[in-house]
Amino acid sequence: MIRIERRLKQPRWLDVAVPLGSIVVAFVVMTVVLLATGHAPGQTFWRLIVTGFGSMFALNSTLVSATPLIFTGLCAAVAFRMQLFNIGGEGQLYMGAILGAAVGIALGNASGWLSVPAMIVAGIVGGAAFALIPGFLRAYLNTNEIITSLMLNYVAALVIDYLIFDSLSYWRDTSTPSAKVFPQGKTLPDAATWPVLHIGSLALPFGLLVGIAVAVLVWALYSRTRFGFEVQVIGDSPRAARYAGMRTRRKILAVMALSGAIAGLGGASQDGDFRHTLDPRGLTAAGYGYAGIVIAALARYNPFSVCLIAFLLGGLQNAGYALQGADFPSGLVGVLQGLILFCVLGGELLLRYRFTFDRRSRRVEAAA
Amino acid sequence: MAAAVELRNITKRFPGVVANDGVDFEAAEGEVHALLGENGAGKSTLSNILTGLYHPDDGQIFIYGDLRSFGSPREALDAGIGMVHQHFRLVPPFTVAENVILGDHRGEGRHFMVHPRHIERRVAELGERYRIAVDPRARVWQLSLGEQQRVEILKALYREARILILDEPTAVLTPQEAESLFETLRVMAQEGRTVIFISHKLNEVAAVSDRVTVLRAGKNVATATTRETTPKSLASLMVGREVAEVERTAREEWLGGTVLEISNLSALGDRGSRALRDVSLRLRSGEILGIAGVAGNGQRELAEVVTGMRTPMEGSVTIDGKRLRRGDARSAIRARIAHVPEDRLHTGVAPSLSIASNSVLKTYRGSRFARGPLLRLRAIRENASSLIRHYDVRGARPELPARRLSGGNLQKIVLAREFDGQPRVLVVASPTRGLDVAAIETVHKHLRTAASGGVGVLLISEDLDEILALADRIAVMYEGEVVAELEAGEATVDEIGLLMAGGKVG
Repeated sequence: MIRIERRLKQPRWLDVAVPLGSIVVAFVVMTVVLLATGHAPGQTFWRLIVTGFGSMFALNSTLVSATPLIFTGLCAAVAFRMQLFNIGGEGQLYMGAILGAAVGIALGNASGWLSVPAMIVAGIVGGAAFALIPGFLRAYLNTNEIITSLMLNYVAALVIDYLIFDSLSYWRDTSTPSAKVFPQGKTLPDAATWPVLHIGSLALPFGLLVGIAVAVLVWALYSRTRFGFEVQVIGDSPRAARYAGMRTRRKILAVMALSGAIAGLGGASQDGDFRHTLDPRGLTAAGYGYAGIVIAALARYNPFSVCLIAFLLGGLQNAGYALQGADFPSGLVGVLQGLILFCVLGGELLLRYRFTFDRRSRRVEAAA
Repeated sequence: MAAAVELRNITKRFPGVVANDGVDFEAAEGEVHALLGENGAGKSTLSNILTGLYHPDDGQIFIYGDLRSFGSPREALDAGIGMVHQHFRLVPPFTVAENVILGDHRGEGRHFMVHPRHIERRVAELGERYRIAVDPRARVWQLSLGEQQRVEILKALYREARILILDEPTAVLTPQEAESLFETLRVMAQEGRTVIFISHKLNEVAAVSDRVTVLRAGKNVATATTRETTPKSLASLMVGREVAEVERTAREEWLGGTVLEISNLSALGDRGSRALRDVSLRLRSGEILGIAGVAGNGQRELAEVVTGMRTPMEGSVTIDGKRLRRGDARSAIRARIAHVPEDRLHTGVAPSLSIASNSVLKTYRGSRFARGPLLRLRAIRENASSLIRHYDVRGARPELPARRLSGGNLQKIVLAREFDGQPRVLVVASPTRGLDVAAIETVHKHLRTAASGGVGVLLISEDLDEILALADRIAVMYEGEVVAELEAGEATVDEIGLLMAGGKVG
């Protein structure tokens, strides 16, 4: 009989061994799947790694994929640290994108360098305001924020769709006859295009740098300030926080706003860095917000780990795009990605629990 | 005749400690056998091994002469071993009868359809016979803790347990209720059942047991016939050295003016029922006012209202003539009301955070530990180190998570922090529950020192001995009311016990 027990101590080496072991297991299972579907495992894995991280082109695409994941990963990590489960990063990102695009279009080319910071502020405001809805409900009516923030994701998806496909809104391009038939967003003016930092042939999107800066700020906020101290206490024991006279409601509002602001910033980065238009189809199909939750969990809510894992997951996504083709269905790519995540998350269980095999029968014999 | 229970050479190790180290133990049919020891002496581990919760690393278990090995509590139950845990294993929304058959896979409970009548009748019969009657149809959440304990005992009897283990059963009882429990245990022993009674209270052991086994540091240090022992000899066996008698001193000359005044407080409990009814109390500087009562009679709510953690419906709390804002813990902290809460692990500290963080749980806002929005991490760490040294918290380092400390050391950290704020009033709730004798002595010493330094101490405790040992004045609470206030000298245990149970005196 096998039993699962909580570990009394977590040995240090497990922190390294378990994730590595999980990946090995993932590759073993993937080998089986690939063999069963008639693909060469070795060659597939090689392509997976090369197309994800193996060339300058691959690295640049991976950085592009990683950028929004850093934002949504931080969005989740910031809230989860206080046991505040904001699942609404997805919707908050859309709202940031909507407001960011509006400001970018409105400012046009006349404002020069002002467009970029204005879009950043707009993205922050959009995301934060949207996150404050479940925040208020939680703080004052004690509503479960998991459900409200999740439901608001659908609201946000419908709003962003409505703006482009179902209305002649400010965001929609109506300048040409074809644009009237095939709805699409207005193209943002050049001034609203965020700069790119070139290091050799490596191109770092501005949003990526902002994301890393946010990670540093979040780390400092949570480990060095009174605010972060209160968040930690509330997250660990709400009763202890009340005992210490902390204002829990205000903290819920502040953390929700912060969390939403980070996601909203990611939305603005989508407008300014990559899409240069309000792109409902692209954003809703990408599912950055949900991926962010997985990233936060894998990173154990550590902001720097969020950046690293966003990068790895971005590479995996990219490799997925490169793999699929006539001989390699996209469904199979999804299966491989899912297997990796499943094994890595499953490995987490081993960190906190251990499996023991019951040796009862043998003991009785020995005793008798 | 073989003994009902015989443990041979039981050893159980946990990371870093040997909880049981080659323990031999034997209990006969028809006896009440006390298992005495300090917290951490290995009593609970031993009983968990006997009930199949743990598997011993070494050693053998014989039940009525047969070698047994329990893979799960169910197997131990089937072998006739029942356990009444200190923290009850009951489902509050279920009725007594439903709780009794819960998990029972042999009797009535094995059927898909349950026939409540049968069970109710059987539960009533058992209650009658053992003088622990409880209404089988009552829902558990409606019962007092004493009654819930009866349900636990009924559960074991219903399953025909021939060996019954009770873990610190009197912690939740009034002296009268405890006496009636002892009566029940004696009846059970007369019928040939074996009762193993776990306790760290010497007078109880003397009152109820036929024989006693003393554990210390995981080892069996003595097994003796109770009649041949004295409380003093047992105490020194348990602690491993002579224990100083607690001395009460008249403290009248230290008493100053009123520091804390509680007027007409009424408040709701967690369930929305009235937990406090028109409570008024006055506490002088340098005085220890003991609040006695059975758990759940409003003491916890009183502590919470005074410290601002609960908003009262009516009434006020005044400190040094200034009225506190209702339900505002921060204003209570500013008024220098220190609080050692009942639940030290989840209220007194944030368990996963470091000792250093916990040592500034209330003072992190001030300029001593913060500069603007930033924390002065070095000052926090140094302060924690000095508190650890000053209060002699063994095995503590500032960066260690608080939950890694034992109960006594954790309590020292909480006390250290609360005294660090130079309090005017100290509200302490069950400050020594679960602590070993040495730690209890330390905590009591700190409380006395604080009082003699002019702090007003509101001592809430279910342990009457503790209140009698420390308090200058005793207020008894029953169903949310203060039913009596007595000077410490004029109160007897019997009187207070009667008041705690809602009776009238004189």
